[in-house]
Amino acid sequence: MKEKDIKIIEKEMKLANEGLPEMERDLFADDRPSRIEPLNKYLEQFLNWARARSLWILAYGTGCGAIELRPLMTARFDAFRYGIAGRPTPRQANVFIIGGYASLKTIKRIVRSYEQMQGPKYVIALGSCTINGGMYYDSYNTINRIDYYIPVDIYVTGCMPRPESLIAGFNGLKKKIQAGQCDGMNKYADNFDWYKANQKQIIKDWNMPDYNW
Amino acid sequence: MKEKIDRLRKMVNVLQVVEKHPDLYFITLEGNQLVMALGYLKNTLNFKHLAFMQAVDYLEDNKFMLTYMVYNYELKANLGVNVFIDREESSMFSIHRLWEHAWQYQRELYEMFGIDFPGSPRVDEPFIMESWEEMPPMRRDFDTLAYSQKTYFPRPGRETNDPKEQMKKAKYPNYPDSPKIRRDDE
Repeated sequence: MKEKDIKIIEKEMKLANEGLPEMERDLFADDRPSRIEPLNKYLEQFLNWARARSLWILAYGTGCGAIELRPLMTARFDAFRYGIAGRPTPRQANVFIIGGYASLKTIKRIVRSYEQMQGPKYVIALGSCTINGGMYYDSYNTINRIDYYIPVDIYVTGCMPRPESLIAGFNGLKKKIQAGQCDGMNKYADNFDWYKANQKQIIKDWNMPDYNW
Repeated sequence: MKEKIDRLRKMVNVLQVVEKHPDLYFITLEGNQLVMALGYLKNTLNFKHLAFMQAVDYLEDNKFMLTYMVYNYELKANLGVNVFIDREESSMFSIHRLWEHAWQYQRELYEMFGIDFPGSPRVDEPFIMESWEEMPPMRRDFDTLAYSQKTYFPRPGRETNDPKEQMKKAKYPNYPDSPKIRRDDE
């Protein structure tokens, strides 16, 4: 392939950021998320072992399930003994807990927070609302499946799940990370157009960059 | 309470008075006298507190019923003021000058029912339904199930049981059908 063609293809691959006003488009990144291949086998195994012991939750409660995070973090269930702690900003967190139902207004913030998190990042979907809508399956405002908008690593069922089952979910996530099966970030990069189309189908006033760095 | 309503009667046309409870009355007024009546209730009859305002969709009668619940701290009594408005050109006078916090209720009613309150501050800003393009969702002719299935990718394999049939089948096979309870205002 000629160099010219490659340049044209690269230009087409850039994100348009059409939601932003024209004068602001240059201020935001227009690169797509790219796939990150695992390192060689043993190094990656060691890294996964380390990652499973360093889970930092993004302190963002998206629905009623966020009420379960308070007893989880405090004295009674004390998630800190598993190496789980909260961080106030997406830049410092790597676990995103979708706490129950996600409405039309929160899914916009969920997408934005998820994209701002540093990789490798993991998503725990909490409660039955994230799986099939739960008791709000016929609501005009509650999305039914969270995995059409962001990749999900592990589900915790129940309405609401107790902190014990959330801890079980964390242990399941740890096992999955150590086995190297949590590649939600690569999944998001591979199917970026599909996720973005689903997101834009319901967020009609898209006024943010297409991929938030 | 009755004495207060009688005093209100001298001023505006009270169409209906319903006593639900000694501390809870509902009166029905004409729409164009509402602001005057609420001002009189607040300033003279001492109903100082607007607890909430809400709308009910009477699709069959082609009407909305607005309810303004006001509270009197001396009598410790609630008074609900009902007004029927037309469903097609739904619009009502704003009462944000009487109770400042009413603007938030009016903004919500504008979004959820499409009832306009001209002059109310920030009334057309989205409250929770950002980027909503359909008809106002709390109107009863809006089919939420069809909208949800069309928009939000329902996961196949969902099973639902009628709770009554399910309990009968699973636990109480010999339980007789209970008589239907009918409320007197239905």
